[in-house]
Amino acid sequence: MATLQLNNIVKDFGGTQVIKGVDLEVKDREFVVFVGPSGCGKSTLMRMIAGLESTTSGEIAIDGQRVNEVGPADRGLAMVFQSYALYPHMTVEDNMGFSLRLAKVPKAERREKVLAAARILQLEPLLDRKPRALSGGQRQRVAIGRAIVRNPSIFLFDEPLSNLDAALRVQMRIELARLHEELDATMIYVTHDQIEAMTMADKIVVLQDGVVEQIGSPMELYHHPRNRFVAGFIGSPKMNFLEVEVRGADAEGVDVALPGGDCRVPVAGDGVSAGDTLTLGIRPEHLVLDEAGPLTGRIQVIERLGGVTSLYLEHGDSEWILVADGNVAHRVHDEVRFTFDPACAHLFTADGLALAHLTRHPLADIDRKENRASSASDGR
Amino acid sequence: MNPTMTKKLLLTLLAWGIALIVFFPIFWMVLTGFKTEGEAVATPPSLFFEPTLAGYHEVMARADYLKFALNSIVISFGSTLLALIVAIPSAYSMAFLPTKRTRGTLLWMLSTKMLPPVGVLMPVYLLFRDMGLLDSQLGLTIVYMLMNLPIVVWMLYTFFKDIPKDILEAGRMDGAGTLQEVLYLLLPLTLPGIASTGLLSVILSWNEAFWSLNLTTSDAAPLTAFIASFSSPEGLFWAKLSAASTLAIAPILIFGWLTQKQMVRGLTFGAVK
Ligand SMILES: Nc1ncnc2c1ncn2[C@@H]1O[C@H](COP(=O)(O)OP(=O)(O)OP(=O)(O)O)[C@@H](O)[C@H]1O
Ligand SMILES: [Mg+2]
Repeated sequence: MATLQLNNIVKDFGGTQVIKGVDLEVKDREFVVFVGPSGCGKSTLMRMIAGLESTTSGEIAIDGQRVNEVGPADRGLAMVFQSYALYPHMTVEDNMGFSLRLAKVPKAERREKVLAAARILQLEPLLDRKPRALSGGQRQRVAIGRAIVRNPSIFLFDEPLSNLDAALRVQMRIELARLHEELDATMIYVTHDQIEAMTMADKIVVLQDGVVEQIGSPMELYHHPRNRFVAGFIGSPKMNFLEVEVRGADAEGVDVALPGGDCRVPVAGDGVSAGDTLTLGIRPEHLVLDEAGPLTGRIQVIERLGGVTSLYLEHGDSEWILVADGNVAHRVHDEVRFTFDPACAHLFTADGLALAHLTRHPLADIDRKENRASSASDGR
Repeated sequence: MNPTMTKKLLLTLLAWGIALIVFFPIFWMVLTGFKTEGEAVATPPSLFFEPTLAGYHEVMARADYLKFALNSIVISFGSTLLALIVAIPSAYSMAFLPTKRTRGTLLWMLSTKMLPPVGVLMPVYLLFRDMGLLDSQLGLTIVYMLMNLPIVVWMLYTFFKDIPKDILEAGRMDGAGTLQEVLYLLLPLTLPGIASTGLLSVILSWNEAFWSLNLTTSDAAPLTAFIASFSSPEGLFWAKLSAASTLAIAPILIFGWLTQKQMVRGLTFGAVK
């Protein structure tokens, strides 16, 4: 059992607030990912949870117990650092067993626990090496092994994979997901990487400037972003935005004016009236090339990835990114027309808040465990 | 010969030249120690002569070399140990828990080295007299410790600063308190730096003459006082003086020779890591 609650926690570095009142509830065995632009306070938040950084105000509780005043080693957490932070003068075995040595665990028992962790991570042949004789991926595994040996109730990872090359990153990502299942531990994970966040998280926490913008499952953030920031931050390439004028709003949705005709977006139009200006948001993968579409653009750049093609379009002073299939034959400077399914579109008010969709996306509430269960046994 | 070869040759010659210039006085001193007093002052100086141990015999007969040497060893190693014990915690706090005033404190510590020692001779002398520290090993040990402390703190500070903070934080997550953090992580990681700092402090203490001449007379007098005792009343006897000096520097020279690898490694520690 390991739950974590943050109640309105604040971090103040000599007058500048870096964390501005964060509330968060992490359930037992949940995999929570912190994302956000550089400098938004992800590491600071994690270090506060770890106890490496004091908390200016607010409360941190683990399993319902306030831990603000508890030292980092006594919170039952383990942290994996971006830089690995292995002890360079110790062998892999000593690195992994250091916490046990400090806790005065007898040598034989220590070795047993280290071996058990090494087995999980396939580190057995490396136990006698020093960190400098390891590759980046191996070092990362040792750092994770060091955390596992402590048998923590909560694992903290601060961008653990960002120093690895792309192929290794994919491999470690899968390994971490497997570990999460095998260890049955609560995990909190900081990353810059969209794919890591979307694939590993049960719950994503989007941060900006020390404030939580939205908390939700990956599919919820993707389909129901709470505001324009989250909409732009989740998803790659970024969501397209266009200023539009409201024609009218009723229970069925909001009518907005597009260059090639009106369009009805099925969102709640409370408080919106004709003549207002809203921002239409539509993801590149939801734009479809269509000879009769209401939107046009001239191709500036084409990126062919094989399976899909990204088109960078320009129309007047608005720019669009459109992800089409891999076989589009268009060339740069071609003029194309395109459209979209209004159900996939989002509308944002002037202060950035999204108008709620009238129907919830069917996958928005799916969690990773359901993902794994086959749909047949699921009964749906 | 191509240009890079020429450059290499010139540099090599230059290095040898400088080394010879630096080494020559010592060489000449050692040589003079094996001459008779007459040969020692002869002009032109004789390079080839029949070596004699007369100077050494006389020096050993006139003074108890071993007692001086023992004083030197006790005082320089003792003061170094004391300095390290005081400096390691201070450097730790300045490197890992810096405040706005850390930089200023470091500079202030260094600035005390600019003070001419003779400026504080009187107060130190009076203090030592009243506390019964004159001509005692303890007294000189304390003075040398204080004399080297700024340099020792500075060097340790730079070595400590090179240690990634993450490693110490990982240690803290693993349950290390400050003492364990220092003993198990910081000291092993900076051992080459600490060793070279200690060696430097030993050498500086060994060669110090101002305080040893002024604060000791016989009981605690180190080798620098031993040399000085041969320079006085009846005028200079070069051969004897050279023999005494050779005896005085021999231990530290051998010590330096044995540890030079360590010295170089420590002094370039940050750069090559
Ligand atoms: N010790 C400190 N003193 C003062 N300001 C700090 C300190 N540590 C971090 N900050 C500031 O707090 C803010 C958040 O930093 P933090 O390292 O948490 O960002 P981050 O989200 O992890 O960024 P990145 O993605 O680049 O790692 C930054 O503006 C940073 O400058
Ligand atoms: Mg960070």
